[in-house]
Amino acid sequence: MNIPGYEYLPHPADVRFRAYGATLEETFEQAAHAMFHVIIDTAALNLERSVDIKLESVGLENLLYDYLSELLYLFEVEEIVFGQFRVNSIEKTNGSYILHGKASGENIDLERQSFETEVKAVTYHLLKVTKEKGGYSAHLIVDT
Amino acid sequence: MTQQQAKELVRKVEENIFEIPVDFQEGMRVPGRIFVSDKLMNDLEVNTLRQTANVAALPGIQKYSMAMPDAHFGYGFPIGGVAAFDAHEGIISPGGVGFDINCGVRIIRTDMEAGEVRSRIKELMDELFRAVPSGVGSKSRLRVSGSELDDAFNYGARWAVESGYGVEADIEHCEDGGFMDAANPLKVGEKARKRGKPQFGTLGSGNHFLEVQEVDKIYDSRIAKAYGIREGTITIMIHCGSRGAGHQICTDYLRVMEQASRKYGIDLPDKQLACAPADSREGQDYFKAMAAGANYAWANRQVITHWVRETFERVFGRDADELGMDLVYDVAHNVAKLEEHEIDGEKKSVYVHRKGATRAFPAGHTDIPVAYRSVGQPVLIPGSMGTPSYILHGGEQAMELTFGSACHGAGRVMGRGDAKRKFRGEVIGKQLADKGITVKATHPSMLAEEAPEVYKSSSEVVNVVHELNIARKVVRVKPIGVAKG
Repeated sequence: MNIPGYEYLPHPADVRFRAYGATLEETFEQAAHAMFHVIIDTAALNLERSVDIKLESVGLENLLYDYLSELLYLFEVEEIVFGQFRVNSIEKTNGSYILHGKASGENIDLERQSFETEVKAVTYHLLKVTKEKGGYSAHLIVDT
Repeated sequence: MTQQQAKELVRKVEENIFEIPVDFQEGMRVPGRIFVSDKLMNDLEVNTLRQTANVAALPGIQKYSMAMPDAHFGYGFPIGGVAAFDAHEGIISPGGVGFDINCGVRIIRTDMEAGEVRSRIKELMDELFRAVPSGVGSKSRLRVSGSELDDAFNYGARWAVESGYGVEADIEHCEDGGFMDAANPLKVGEKARKRGKPQFGTLGSGNHFLEVQEVDKIYDSRIAKAYGIREGTITIMIHCGSRGAGHQICTDYLRVMEQASRKYGIDLPDKQLACAPADSREGQDYFKAMAAGANYAWANRQVITHWVRETFERVFGRDADELGMDLVYDVAHNVAKLEEHEIDGEKKSVYVHRKGATRAFPAGHTDIPVAYRSVGQPVLIPGSMGTPSYILHGGEQAMELTFGSACHGAGRVMGRGDAKRKFRGEVIGKQLADKGITVKATHPSMLAEEAPEVYKSSSEVVNVVHELNIARKVVRVKPIGVAKG
């Protein structure tokens, strides 16, 4: 069984990583974690606010792209820095995938928080969700 | 195919020009052209060649898929990629512009002698850092309304000037007069509006900066004079883009294009190259939204210019006119434009995509401001933090060789994560201070990410376009103060 986690891979300009888990849900959670860990030290964040997330997309890769893009959008517009990600379910219905989840974190506070690198967007470049023995893995490049 | 084998397929055409033949990769419609020196070619990653070859597979591509001397591995197009597509038979691709639509550079001249500014540089950088919000999560001092945001999307720098953030001459000295008239804010989604509103008037993060510089070398005194630049004086450079507005426009339209590619049966070597026929609804919707994003970026740089002038006025107790703070020029680095080019002896309308590349129109081109028409447009090449930047002029060979395009900077060679592991921000800050450069950053790790060593040598990159007569060196400036997000 895949133990949930993520690893950063070499890239000359942007950030490239692989996330994995025993289930699709876990893999998505780990991908979100990997992306936010580029922005800030996620371990140091309080979990004082949560946002529910519901998305529907055609194809798993599109769902992952939409999920991570939604989190970046909420970070900027709702002004929450996320440190915890829950994906409760990813269901396949006729031709599309539906995700239900929740992301938690704290309000942006520039006095207290120390941001690392800005993530501009999620790219489609080499984006892949793969079923493997014992679970799933996702490969991503985000523009920084 | 191994990396070595892939590189061996690339053929040197002449000094500084290499060709990727169409049999390099399946599906290539035209060859690739890489404009690099032998040394830069040697260091070039095979992935950059592959990305250049991928672009060559897109419908309607004209002449060559090109990579400028600062090219490096990106997403979709390589960074430093230039490609022109037939306006009717070709495509438009958000992956050929990038997320930071109209990321660009402007430079302001002054009549101030470097000595006067050096003696006050710490105070000046503190004040500039305060006046222009920067860094992740920073918000603007401005509160624009919904209709003002529409105006920025529609009229870019022109709107900013008409709203009191600058003077008429600023617009004349801006690529496209400060706005693309193709823009339509109705094509910009709600999410992009929501991200763009609070960030309007911010510098951003990453490689974006605000720099106070000293003119340290003049290569062409006649053209330097036409640009109003004198040795030993101070210039100010602003490098930033369309912030969350542009990022979201690209994010939204990549999804649209992903579906459009399937709808129109376009084979994609890479999903990030998702595109639509140039004259399709999807293609035109993206173009109008992208133009709105580009205009937002021009308005953003214009508002920041205004605050820079105010700051100089406050610190030096003289008004901006008296200090001679005129905008020399403003160029876009990430944009697609509908332009006329001569191809196989015929005038043709094409969508030129420049992703990490600068327009470099030569003398005589009617799209250049009247004041510069006899010498060619200024081409602004920022160096990495702590290294010189260059002003070039559009050269005679640019239209023939590169659809009127040149490099846009130094080009990264090391990832941000590796840079942070290898360098310590405090040490980099100290090294820059020892070189007489005052740096203000939101966080020391930013200095490590942007350490001079993570970029190619800007002089090596600039020499290639100079030797090919794509853009010729006019002026070199070196930083004395840098503000980073």
